Amino acid sequence: MGESVIGAWIAAFLTLGILTFLYKDNVIYKISEAIFIGVSAGYWFITLFWDNLYRKFWVVGIEGGQWELWGGIILGVMMLCRLSRKIGWIARWPMSFIIGAVAGLYMMLYFTSNAMVQIRSTISNLTESVNVGDPYYIIGNIVVAAGTFSGLVYFYFSKEHKGVFGATAKVGIWFIMVTFGAAFGYTVMSRMSLLIGRIDFLLSDWLKLIS
Amino acid sequence: MKKLIAPVIIVVVILLLYFVVPKPLEFSPVTSTIILSLIGLALVAMLILTIAGKMIGRRTVFIFIAVALTLPFMMNFKMPIRITPEVQSLYDALEQLPAGSKVLAAYDFDPPSAPELQPMADAFMTYAFKKDLRVIIMGLWPQGPQQAQLSIEAALEDKEVAAKNLQYGVDYVNLGFQAGNEFVIQRMGSAFRGMFARDSKDTPYDDIPLLKGVENFSNIDFVMNFSAGKPGTQEWVQIAVDRFGVTLGAGNTAVQAPGMYPFLKGGQLVGLLGGMSGGAEFELVTGEPGKAAGFMLSQSCAHVVVIAFILIGNVAMLLARKKK
Repeated sequence: MGESVIGAWIAAFLTLGILTFLYKDNVIYKISEAIFIGVSAGYWFITLFWDNLYRKFWVVGIEGGQWELWGGIILGVMMLCRLSRKIGWIARWPMSFIIGAVAGLYMMLYFTSNAMVQIRSTISNLTESVNVGDPYYIIGNIVVAAGTFSGLVYFYFSKEHKGVFGATAKVGIWFIMVTFGAAFGYTVMSRMSLLIGRIDFLLSDWLKLIS
Repeated sequence: MKKLIAPVIIVVVILLLYFVVPKPLEFSPVTSTIILSLIGLALVAMLILTIAGKMIGRRTVFIFIAVALTLPFMMNFKMPIRITPEVQSLYDALEQLPAGSKVLAAYDFDPPSAPELQPMADAFMTYAFKKDLRVIIMGLWPQGPQQAQLSIEAALEDKEVAAKNLQYGVDYVNLGFQAGNEFVIQRMGSAFRGMFARDSKDTPYDDIPLLKGVENFSNIDFVMNFSAGKPGTQEWVQIAVDRFGVTLGAGNTAVQAPGMYPFLKGGQLVGLLGGMSGGAEFELVTGEPGKAAGFMLSQSCAHVVVIAFILIGNVAMLLARKKK
């Protein structure tokens, strides 16, 4: 019996073990779950250890003499101080550095990519569509612009949702619900795809029922 | 004793399937039609039972989904698949690349998302090699570069690709994983070498022929990102596209895809492959029907069952409301 056959049987056992949860919680499910989590955590640890600590810190930082990496190394060591109650406060320094750096980067990135570019494209697509002259394109862009506007109105709570403002907000909630519906449809497809992947494994790699 | 009945039945079924059932198992179109009709009739029966006031247990739903997903694997039907504009535009953008163009393929996913993303990634790699594109692979997820290795192996199984006798380091290179999430992309904007001093085989950056002259994004003709979450396509758009002006195409899990459409509409993405259906479309548009296209019948059957149970669930809810 080759290695691949043994591997397939183990993988099949674990796959079926996880699926047994659909019937009810049981010991085989718990074993399979624990193995999955343990293997994943072990893999991440080994990868990060060799890629970061060995290749970056040891090979490049120490053996390669790139001292600019020492800033990161020192911050990393400071982070580990969290493990001690006495000197745990030292970990706040690298944490504040990370939060500050990420906040600074994100503020600019989100404002540009997720706000300004989106506003520009919503408006410019609307004006461009008139020039293109394709009715479907024009209607599509009007729907996008109307959905964006009414959706924003729905989230404006400083004014009571009454009259024209309230009607616009109601249209907004319909757009939001359609969006959630589309997202749900995609989520169903995603979950089914994952199950298809496992069934494909069971039928083709393990049982060899399909070619 | 009762507790042992279910496990024993499962073991017996597995042994029968493994040792007795003839392989490969394939249903004729007539048998397939009969099976699909039976599933449809069973769903109608479920609806009638619900209307009659008998509630369906969750395990019944699971059984229906399992049957609807599994049996189509053995059916000899071909699903008609329509190529959507977002997939077509990605293909068109790739088609415009001349042979020898440098393409950065970022594999930002891991095995749990592989059923959705691996088929499209394999199709992309095969297409890129056939078109003589030079592929530079990297990953912001630890297992990403390994998934890329699987794509390379799948692509090399293709006769046309195998005949090209592609060489590692000349035609493609795997730079491996780099920790740091979006900051890696940010740093690559000024110097790739700063993030990837060595490739996954430990070869120094400057000793890799393919990377000669590749300093930053300005030396890359196209970036293709396969993403299952964060860091992923959004970060590539925010930094690589909006800051450094790269041309980006993306393949996303279906959960993530709706969130990427605004970027497509905004011109920040040239094309998008959304989930398994996006992968199937890409396989077809490149002329290489593969796993994703083959899975679409199962996917569609499962969707019909889910929609049917949504309807049945709503009927049950309305009846319960009426009783109150």
